[in-house]
Amino acid sequence: MPMNKIPPLLYGCFLALYSANCSAEGKILATPGVSQIEGSGGGGIVPWAQLAGYATEESISVSAACSRVTVKDFSLDSCAVQANLYDKIELSYAKQSFEVTPLKLNLKQNIIGAKINLFGDLVYSTMPQVSLGIQSKRLKTSDVAFSLGAKKDTGTDVYIAASKLHLGFINGYNWLWNVTARHTKSNQLGLLGFGGAHEKKKIQLEVSSAILLNRHLALGVEFRQKSDNLNLGEDHWKDIFIAWFPNKHLSVTLAYVDLGSIAAIDKQTGWYLSTMWYL
Amino acid sequence: MKKSIILLLLMSCFACSSPSGNIESHVESHIDSNSQAQTEPTLYQKMGEKPALDNIIDHLINIIGQDDVVFAHFAQSNVTRFQDQLTVFLCHLADGPCQYKGDSMEDIHQGMYINKNEFNHFVELFIEAMDAADISYPIQNLLLAQLAPLRKTIINM
Repeated sequence: MPMNKIPPLLYGCFLALYSANCSAEGKILATPGVSQIEGSGGGGIVPWAQLAGYATEESISVSAACSRVTVKDFSLDSCAVQANLYDKIELSYAKQSFEVTPLKLNLKQNIIGAKINLFGDLVYSTMPQVSLGIQSKRLKTSDVAFSLGAKKDTGTDVYIAASKLHLGFINGYNWLWNVTARHTKSNQLGLLGFGGAHEKKKIQLEVSSAILLNRHLALGVEFRQKSDNLNLGEDHWKDIFIAWFPNKHLSVTLAYVDLGSIAAIDKQTGWYLSTMWYL
Repeated sequence: MKKSIILLLLMSCFACSSPSGNIESHVESHIDSNSQAQTEPTLYQKMGEKPALDNIIDHLINIIGQDDVVFAHFAQSNVTRFQDQLTVFLCHLADGPCQYKGDSMEDIHQGMYINKNEFNHFVELFIEAMDAADISYPIQNLLLAQLAPLRKTIINM
């Protein structure tokens, strides 16, 4: 199980927090969102301005998530942990394991992330909440990436995200939007390395929009622009998701994803399932 | 692929349409209590006017009484006065036929040092009270939308 790969130190943190009973429950249910596939707090594929977990200015929180994306010829397992310090700083660590089914190949990547809330409050300020984040990625299996023309096996994405929840905005239903601009050279998140001969513009836009059907259910869509550094026809990603927040300790997200062409293999559509635990 | 784009577009269309859009039709029947008929019903009317408001506040007072986190802030309060003032305040906030002339939110919360955790916790108790009073989710959100901007006049005072 991918969960076993998370360092014991982090388990330690969890236990310490749990036994110290500092579980943070400050925010309103569902408002922090979930963990995106690179480990940052966000939607499924887009990092949001909200910091992961329910911590507020007065508390810290720890969360963990595991997700699986299965499309026609590939699957991606990813597990992540996040710490939210006083709702100001989010630290995250994620491990990804990418299965290329037809070639029986497995690619692995680790991502360390940090996010700082610059200003604004998702729910209460008139301005959106705005955060600045980084994701520092290290591809552990670089042979495939280099053979496809990637320049490096490490890379750092920097993003700025703005999010806002509008209470009662759509006939009484709450509406959340997020826009993220990311500076990146990652090829397929970095699983196919970083940079390439076809490298052009490096700022990519990512958007999410969700409506809360009730306090426990969010329905939304996401879009993530991708660059085609390797000239393999890397497509933008899209998904439609439903997320269920039964309480402040658990969420489950199911999405239908369209990842387009991956490594020149077309029509990669399929399913994303993710579970997140919050302390 | 195309479906999701259409959905994205659809959602943004929804988002642009005014929040007061589609509710008129089925509220028209009990507009008579308002002197200016034919206008858009106020939030106060949509939520069920005074009986609904009283119901919410009764539940809220009960819930506060049983809550360890916020009760301390209310321990010194005169319950009847709190009830009356809150009724007028919420009626006013929901565009009902009331004028709140009581103390400002800043004055009331001065020296209470309510932090964000406590504030959010209170919001959840308020939601619980609205649930108990059978206020629908969309109406709850509209009322919360009126209350949300007040946070800056309540916390850390």
